[in-house]
Amino acid sequence: MVEFLHQLSSGLALGGVYAITALALVMIFQATQLVNFAQGEMAMFSTYVAWQLLQSGWSYWAAFAVTVVASFLGGVLIERVIVRPFANAPVLASVIVFIGLGFIFNALAGFLFGFSVQSFDTPFDGRPWFGNKFMSAHESGSVLVSLIVLALVFAFFRFTPLGLAMRAAAQNPASARLVGVRVGWMLALGWGLAAAIGAVAGMMAAPIVYLDPNMMSGLLLYAFAGAVLGGIDNPWGAVMGGYTVGIVENLLGAYVVGQEVKLSVALVIIVGVLVVRPQGLFGRRIVARV
Amino acid sequence: MSAILSVKGLKAFYGPVEALHGVDFEVEDGGVTALLGANGAGKTTTLRAISAMIRREGEIAFRGQPLRARNPEDVARLGVAHVPDGRGTFTDLTVEENLRLGAYTRRDRMGVRDDFERVFGYFPRLRERIKQQAGTLSGGEQQMLAIARALLLKPSLLLLDEPSFGLAPLIVTEIFRILRAINEGEKVSILLVEQNAHLALELATHAYLLETGEVVTGGPASALRADDSIRRAYLGY
Amino acid sequence: MARLVWIALFALAAVAPFWLSGYHLYQFAQVMIYAIALLGLNLLTGFNGQLSLGHGAFFAIGGYGAAILIVKFGLPYYFAIPLASVICFIAGFLFGFPALRLGGLYLALATFALAVAAPQVLAFKGFDAYTGGSQGVQVPKPDALFGLHMNVDQSVYWLCLIVAALLFWLAANLVHSRIGRALIAIRDQPIAAETMGVDAALFKTITFGISALYAGIAGGLDAVAVGFVSPESFGLPLSLAFLVGIVIGGLASLPGAVFGALFIEFVPNYADQLTVYFGENAKALPGAVYGVMLILAMALAPSGIAGLMRSLIRMLRRA
Repeated sequence: MVEFLHQLSSGLALGGVYAITALALVMIFQATQLVNFAQGEMAMFSTYVAWQLLQSGWSYWAAFAVTVVASFLGGVLIERVIVRPFANAPVLASVIVFIGLGFIFNALAGFLFGFSVQSFDTPFDGRPWFGNKFMSAHESGSVLVSLIVLALVFAFFRFTPLGLAMRAAAQNPASARLVGVRVGWMLALGWGLAAAIGAVAGMMAAPIVYLDPNMMSGLLLYAFAGAVLGGIDNPWGAVMGGYTVGIVENLLGAYVVGQEVKLSVALVIIVGVLVVRPQGLFGRRIVARV
Repeated sequence: MSAILSVKGLKAFYGPVEALHGVDFEVEDGGVTALLGANGAGKTTTLRAISAMIRREGEIAFRGQPLRARNPEDVARLGVAHVPDGRGTFTDLTVEENLRLGAYTRRDRMGVRDDFERVFGYFPRLRERIKQQAGTLSGGEQQMLAIARALLLKPSLLLLDEPSFGLAPLIVTEIFRILRAINEGEKVSILLVEQNAHLALELATHAYLLETGEVVTGGPASALRADDSIRRAYLGY
Repeated sequence: MARLVWIALFALAAVAPFWLSGYHLYQFAQVMIYAIALLGLNLLTGFNGQLSLGHGAFFAIGGYGAAILIVKFGLPYYFAIPLASVICFIAGFLFGFPALRLGGLYLALATFALAVAAPQVLAFKGFDAYTGGSQGVQVPKPDALFGLHMNVDQSVYWLCLIVAALLFWLAANLVHSRIGRALIAIRDQPIAAETMGVDAALFKTITFGISALYAGIAGGLDAVAVGFVSPESFGLPLSLAFLVGIVIGGLASLPGAVFGALFIEFVPNYADQLTVYFGENAKALPGAVYGVMLILAMALAPSGIAGLMRSLIRMLRRA
């Protein structure tokens, strides 16, 4: 029983990482109808930046804060400079641009920081919280951080004028313009937020999966699975999907399929959902206008 | 008249296709100007051109200054509120959120609060439905919401695209009554595009007739109302 | 005119083994293998508009399939490769069915998942007996073609050349036929195509199957040429390299498959030489080069090298 709870809770911890990554993916998807295939590589690069700061002696939370802010700015910059020019191009072009971005970040990380696997410190050291027997301190901390991120994002979109403007810009850009919302900048903000969230995700995942330039492709796949499961046009569905995938993956890995083929669980989820119920559990029916 | 909006030689393009071929007209400051014409005459295109939603050439002067804004959000920030055809409501947001978006660019919180009250005064039904999702409102209510949202911008010019479209006659009458009240009470100039010429000419002080992208006649609304042959030929009654 | 160019190219390639040898010959054999795979992917993505980020997986099925048939079942390569590629066709056809319901992005996601999951599945201990787990399978080199007097490298090279030429010829016929036009119609205006009587569903699934078939043949040839298959070689980077190849080479273009293959075979090699100047970590740089070129290609030359060539030829004709 303890073992089961242990698996459940580490699934929850990683699930939190998938959940916030899925949220970032859905945010961009809602605004642009595009999936950011470079999300994983961007998050990985941010994590390396944090690692570099830590190696240079910075305190953890200072490095964390600076990384998040820098990632935000980086995301904004990327949207303005690289993604924007392809706004009216066919979908395939944007997908290829994102893949190109992914290549660049992956290569830069390898070039600047090397390919050997690094360990990444967690600020949640030491003894398990409340003396519990199944969650490590980092896992508890990670779940807490993911919940905080979700709460902040929710509050931002629900209660602030800027969040409202971003929602409006995503849902109906033409009408948003007519009330004076600068839709272009809303997109850039969206990318900035997604990049910042990705940085947090990477920093929470790194102590568990270790830091190397290829750490995120598996993680990204699970986040995709979560987003698809929850409904790729529903942010909170995607979050639920992320947690679910985390738990399912961990439990299946521990008890059913073994650790080595866990990724195929994600594959099965994605293909299964897309075949049986493409809009996911909570999304809307996809209707294509003729 | 003194014109709040003056348009000369306006051409508008949908991609490579020229849809307006050099249109001239003026909107009287404080008055209601109607753009009339059959389907496809270019009325909606004209509004879109003013709002910089499509590519345009020609001279547009707003409040005496050339309108150099390159995109709709800048036009809106100058005080031109455009209620587009189809209402343009944010159907997934609540009534309150739609209204708050109208006031998005404003910094004067007290003024916004007052304006919310005024808008509910014109459209009491909106206050009742304030937490409701906009997409679940009836057509008439959505039209009211769209106008209310536009008012919250505190515009000096209101562009209205076919407010009567798809609405029952009773609702339309009510809306036009409110439009007159808005025009007189808020001192907001209105440029009204309407297929329902009868209603438009009752409300308007001036009117222009568009046909396939050109203005064919214009003048005081009373003159157009009285002119039988023009009326019969173009307006069908 | 174009046909003359192809024939000349074929002739040039045919005599290459007489003055190239060893590693260079192997490289050009790889080029042809990649060209076959890129041709398959191009049929699917370029001509039919279905984006696949997972064609490395079909390449792997072809490779592993051929390897297992040769090593575990004792089949000669000229049976093993076709048989493995038929399996690929079926796999592609089956994958194509759910793909029908998926719009571009969803298909991209699903195939992405396929690409990322593939190495794990291939390394799975449960299939060890056949796949050799993470060690992979060693494939013995084939006997000389038709029993003629030549060394192994030449034999492999000519095998690849003959297969490639045949497959290109078939693809050219397909593309220029009614079927090819139907594929393009489905890509550009799917609903209009349907109303004109094109059974989009059938065409799309068959195209998926054919493109998987091509990838599978390429994979089988690769297994024989390289001499082994292992899970590591068939991961996401391979699928992405294929995508890079068709984009840079030229979407919806047959010569594009050749340009793309040349690109993905040789560019990483040259990038490797950069390590001399920039140190060990510079082996990462090919990735950056790929990335930058992808973005530039989409911005400046969306039709790839093939498109640039076409423009060049047009300019020269006018001069």
